[in-house]
Amino acid sequence: MKTVQPDNVIEMLHITKEFPGIIANDDITLQLRRGEVHALLGENGAGKSTLMSVLFGLYQPEKGIIKKNGQEVKINDPNDATALGIGMVHQHFKLIEVFTVLDNIILGAETTKMGFLQKKEARKKVEALSEKYGLKVDLDAKVEDITVGMQQRVEILKMLYRDNEILIFDEPTAVLTPQEIDELLITMRAFADEGKSILFISHKLNEIMQVADRVTVLRKGKYVGTVDTKDTDKQSLSNMMVGRPVQLEVVKDEAKPTDTVLHVENLTVPSATHKRNAVNGVSFDVRAGEIVCIAGIDGNGQSELVYGLTGLEKSSGGTVTLCGKDISHATIRQRGENMSHIPEDRHKHGLILDFTLEQNMVLQRFQEPQFQHFGFINAPAVREYSDRLIEQYDVRSGQGSITTARSMSGGNQQKAIIARELDRDKPLIMAVQPTRGLDVGAIEYIHGQLVAARDAGHAVLLVSLELDEVMSLSDRILVMYEGEIVGELDPKKTNVQELGLYMAGAKRQTGKEAKGA
Amino acid sequence: MKERLSNLYAKDGVKTVLSSIISIIIGMVVGSIIIVIVGACTSSLGISSVGEGIQLVFGGLFSTGRDAAGNLTFGFNSTNLGNMLFRAFPLIMTGLSVAIAQKTGLFNIGAPGQYLMGTAATLYVALSIPTSTSTLYEGGTVPAWLVWLLAFLAGMLAGAIWGAIPGLVKAYLNINEVLACIMCNWIAANLVTWMFDGSVLRNTLESGKTGYIYKTSYNGVATAKMGLDKIFPDSQVNGGIVIAIVMAILVYILMSKTTLGYQLKACGSNRHAARYAGISDKRNIVLSMAIAGGLAGVGASLYYLSGNTEFFWSTYQSLPDAGFNGIPVALLAANNPIGVIFTAMFMSMLDICGLQLTNLTAYNEYITDVIIAVIVYLSAFSLVIKQMLSSRKKHKDEPTAATTTAADAAPPTEENIEPDAAVQQTEKGDD
Repeated sequence: MKTVQPDNVIEMLHITKEFPGIIANDDITLQLRRGEVHALLGENGAGKSTLMSVLFGLYQPEKGIIKKNGQEVKINDPNDATALGIGMVHQHFKLIEVFTVLDNIILGAETTKMGFLQKKEARKKVEALSEKYGLKVDLDAKVEDITVGMQQRVEILKMLYRDNEILIFDEPTAVLTPQEIDELLITMRAFADEGKSILFISHKLNEIMQVADRVTVLRKGKYVGTVDTKDTDKQSLSNMMVGRPVQLEVVKDEAKPTDTVLHVENLTVPSATHKRNAVNGVSFDVRAGEIVCIAGIDGNGQSELVYGLTGLEKSSGGTVTLCGKDISHATIRQRGENMSHIPEDRHKHGLILDFTLEQNMVLQRFQEPQFQHFGFINAPAVREYSDRLIEQYDVRSGQGSITTARSMSGGNQQKAIIARELDRDKPLIMAVQPTRGLDVGAIEYIHGQLVAARDAGHAVLLVSLELDEVMSLSDRILVMYEGEIVGELDPKKTNVQELGLYMAGAKRQTGKEAKGA
Repeated sequence: MKERLSNLYAKDGVKTVLSSIISIIIGMVVGSIIIVIVGACTSSLGISSVGEGIQLVFGGLFSTGRDAAGNLTFGFNSTNLGNMLFRAFPLIMTGLSVAIAQKTGLFNIGAPGQYLMGTAATLYVALSIPTSTSTLYEGGTVPAWLVWLLAFLAGMLAGAIWGAIPGLVKAYLNINEVLACIMCNWIAANLVTWMFDGSVLRNTLESGKTGYIYKTSYNGVATAKMGLDKIFPDSQVNGGIVIAIVMAILVYILMSKTTLGYQLKACGSNRHAARYAGISDKRNIVLSMAIAGGLAGVGASLYYLSGNTEFFWSTYQSLPDAGFNGIPVALLAANNPIGVIFTAMFMSMLDICGLQLTNLTAYNEYITDVIIAVIVYLSAFSLVIKQMLSSRKKHKDEPTAATTTAADAAPPTEENIEPDAAVQQTEKGDD
């Protein structure tokens, strides 16, 4: 960009990578210039991760070549990649939890003198790097004690410590809070300005528009095109990604709320890690036919509120009334009779990954008479039910009902959970970050399903960290800050800025106002 | 054809069986090497014994002794085969015990204790109720089969209770089941010694048997032969093997066809998701351990109710091997109840081979034990072998079994790149 001839640091030319039955990468070309942030955009399963794995030496392509600075190179394993100055921050961090931050950074690239570690020099270098890029880390803290955001900074410092030139970020923002995302994007920009080249894998259009110079779009393993971000917009990018016009905005009619389904009064849930309560005297109602959204920055008690409502965690005070019944002390199964729950963590709570899809589809219902006779599972009925859900909710998997959940893509795992929970047809639907980590097409689908459920007379309680989602999907917004509800807002009468002030704790409605309907 | 073969190879189950077989072969080979080394280093053995030793380790089951010229002879040996089956049934039961707990995510190292408690309960019931065919009591009226049944159930119940204790401790106090199981083992060992110390059930009829309890046949109680003594004359086998195999099939049905099995497996695979779905993880942990204990107890019942086995109670200082051997049996069978039948028979076959080695060659029983232990030990490496099989395949031409099922061009995710064990570890770690 600085010279007349664009100077490509890395060229991946006509890469083809096949797996049995599928072509994960079909003739894909990616050219990364020096000093640019290059986004790699595509839906889940489009082949982004496979392509990066090829670049990082985890896979060998069947066809195609990789060039660095115009020279063809062979990358057989990650060590080759490191030697070529390619570093990668994986979606799931590769850190040793019980080691200190410093130990993690120097691990594998230690400076030694006669077999003894020279940590002092390493510390100096890391401190200098962390100073220079504003990557604040506590070098002596153990990784298990630091936040996810800081863990990511450790990963970044690892790459910098190895003097990597080409930095790959695999979905780096999926685990971060809005503030941390902003910081990360600024850091990425700073790297690029300094001449490092960044590959940014993402499906979040906002972030790509904000930070990237160019975008390469993949769809179903094929190369769609490379565009300059200044010549495009979110809508056309998402159309390229999905292959059809996508509805970015949620279309919905005015809510027509009727009876109160969920009534929460002064609910208090203790924190597992802190002395103070994670949820402190929260009261609100959710009525049939409306979507109420709990907004807030991650870690302000939203998860614990949901645990308290679903029974995963014992509440220490207050009452929860569901469909007129006091369920404050009911078991999870009893609560489940009137509530379906799309959990925050689909791998921890939502699915049993080693079970097949059909076994997962009846996770709560296997004891219902239709699925069992005298304690024996009625396998044909389960299969039939699962097949119907797969068909109806368009859950895609390799072998249908008998696919192991673990082998499915994240979006389809989530779709399976949505199918299971919505089909249980309970008065209250609790959806916790239902679209986290999903691509535009899947998000559009899930939003549509939730609105349809609302219109069918279900009460929907949505917990979300995504401001866009909060603003577009909800009929009422409750903002949570430090375990309390600090405000109730009408999405039509507020804006993201005001919402942000409440979320950050800078603004709060007085007790009476906040109680709301 | 080749395609079909490679498809077959990609199947997880096939890989499991293959890895078990490979590890057995490695174990046998290493065992043979030890035979060679011991043979070469011991003056009384020599090279000719080495050849015989290896023959016996591999084919001891079919050894029929020596002919007039002093050469080993092989052929159908009903005693060996029958005894192999006889020794297999406690192993089948303890193997099932370990396997079912493992499926629920628990490591039942308490099988020896459960087996001992089962032993004590079975013997007490079998020997205390006078039967009509008793030689110990006069004027007994209870039919022997009823006493047999009661003794069998008592063994099962005692094992179940002993298994439930670590289960309860784990579920409600979150104390590691391995720790609780080991403690329970030693409590059982000493408790049982105390129970029989001074008991009227000590064998006083036969001189030189001071440390033994009566055989149950003294009270006329013994497992029916079910015609097996006709097929395998001169052996100890009886209907217990049939019962053990039926139990294995029942466990298989329980785990794969019933809602209870579904719940147990759900808790074992992902405790959090099970809780989320309203499945009580505490209840299932206790239940799983109780079932596991009951199975180990049945192993003891079957073994001691055979009528020709006697329990050595005096200064009981060690835990029964049958309990511990359930662990490699289950491991080698990859926790598959049907697989357990075969791996248990393999283990008992090794026993027989060892016996033949001691009887027919100059290898003494201690070195035989070493050889058998090495084979068992290496057999337990089947998991490692399985991982090696998977990764070798991956390096050779990338795709693994997991990726072939990837949905609509989904790239392999983090989880299925890594070997299963690593994933299991991370899942266990986040408790």
